[in-house]
Amino acid sequence: MTAFREAVATFRRAPLLSVLGIVTIAFSLFAFGLFGLVATNIRDALQSVEEHVEIRAFIADGTPVEAASSAMGDIGAFPEVAKVQYVSSDQALQRARQELGEFSDVFEAGVLPASIDIRLRPGFRDPKTVAAVANRLKSYDFIDDVRYGQEWVEKLYRIRNIASLIGIGLGLAFAAVAIIIIGSTIRIMVLARAKEISIMRLVGATNGFIRLPFLLEGAIQGILGGLVALALTWGTNTAISRTFIRTAFLDSRLATFGVLGGAVLGLLGSAFAVSRHLRRV
Amino acid sequence: MSLVRFLNVVKAYPRGGVALNHVSFQIKKGELCFLTGPSGAGKSTVLKLMYMEERPTEGDVWISGVSAKEARSREVSMLRRKLGVVFQDFRLLEDRTAEANVAFALEVTGAPRDVIMPKVARVLTQVGLASKGTAYPRELSGGEQQRVAIARALVNDPFVLVADEPTGNLDDRATRSIFQLLRDVNAAGTAIVMATHDLDLVRRTDARTIELNHGRVVYDSAETPVPVAEQP
Repeated sequence: MTAFREAVATFRRAPLLSVLGIVTIAFSLFAFGLFGLVATNIRDALQSVEEHVEIRAFIADGTPVEAASSAMGDIGAFPEVAKVQYVSSDQALQRARQELGEFSDVFEAGVLPASIDIRLRPGFRDPKTVAAVANRLKSYDFIDDVRYGQEWVEKLYRIRNIASLIGIGLGLAFAAVAIIIIGSTIRIMVLARAKEISIMRLVGATNGFIRLPFLLEGAIQGILGGLVALALTWGTNTAISRTFIRTAFLDSRLATFGVLGGAVLGLLGSAFAVSRHLRRV
Repeated sequence: MSLVRFLNVVKAYPRGGVALNHVSFQIKKGELCFLTGPSGAGKSTVLKLMYMEERPTEGDVWISGVSAKEARSREVSMLRRKLGVVFQDFRLLEDRTAEANVAFALEVTGAPRDVIMPKVARVLTQVGLASKGTAYPRELSGGEQQRVAIARALVNDPFVLVADEPTGNLDDRATRSIFQLLRDVNAAGTAIVMATHDLDLVRRTDARTIELNHGRVVYDSAETPVPVAEQP
């Protein structure tokens, strides 16, 4: 209780320094939040592209519908498969016309084979799995050909891998910068109270007693800084959504993680700075 | 058992050379003892060893039975609650009132608030500052600030008060009154070890004097007979 009172009293006694701490944490986490925003939206975009990964198994002419539908039952039971759809010859023609738009008359008299269209579950859309499923489909006698845009799937997968690698790298770099900046700010705050700490020690305060208000203060500043960062990120996201393109905001788990991360950063930064100071004096 | 015991204490600093060289002495309960000697003689080092801000390089220091060589951080904290320290530069917290500065020493011991306030009032009265409890250090004279520092040192009822040049920053009048205050504190039973180079002050009393020079005890009035030149 005394420690909490002390922590609050510090805000009152040195409001400028406390605000400086909160602002530093807020801006460090804001940079991190912006990065999170970009990463989230790139991930969403890639995910929506990935959903278009589709395997099309063309059915030989004259195959009885019963044979095709019993095979669809089997295929639907594959663990990788999310959705199986039968596309008749007429439907295929119609779809092709739609996709071609102004060139649709090319297919005026054409004939397209019927097909079974398969969508895969998330996590099974990598080139290897797609190729494996395609091969399994080829084993059916009545299936003429299987297409899935091999090159396209491989390219997409590569882009996804590069994006996650860059994401992890940048994320770590931003986190490191945030930790260094926050650590230095807290260190300044500890040094500003060096005299008070030395007097506390002189009159018999234990190290734990000295540390506790700093830790509480660090955690409070971290939470406040995290909330400010969250508000700034939200504001930026709203502004971008209104003026440029619609973007998704951080999901609630990531937002909570950010604010708690601020608290942990504040706490650890304080613990580190105070312990270092106490060891030195 | 003596309250303070130095036995063959050597204190060497990694870059500052030897500050104390085989220093031995004891101080008894309730004793008043002056540490004299020129600047750099080792007076402050003796005091720092007493409140265990420094530990001896060789030999050992016992304060109320606690060995400086063996005391852990927590034991040192507990010891300091029973040992008041006063400095030349007062070391008050500028952003707190006189009362709050004194209360601070009790707060860190975890004393309940209803115990703190009456104790603070009592000790401020003892040092003659009953009416200035709500003043900030910058609103007080040097002598008054030192009284606040003494009140802070006394509020935990210490068995010994350690004072490092407590009158070094004060004019003659303030020096005399602080000195009188310390004598009163001593008369009430608290031992006092005071470093000073104000020899006039020392001569006016018959208290024990330990003189240091180049880190050695060159004179101890408790052990050495009065020098021939000063004999009647």
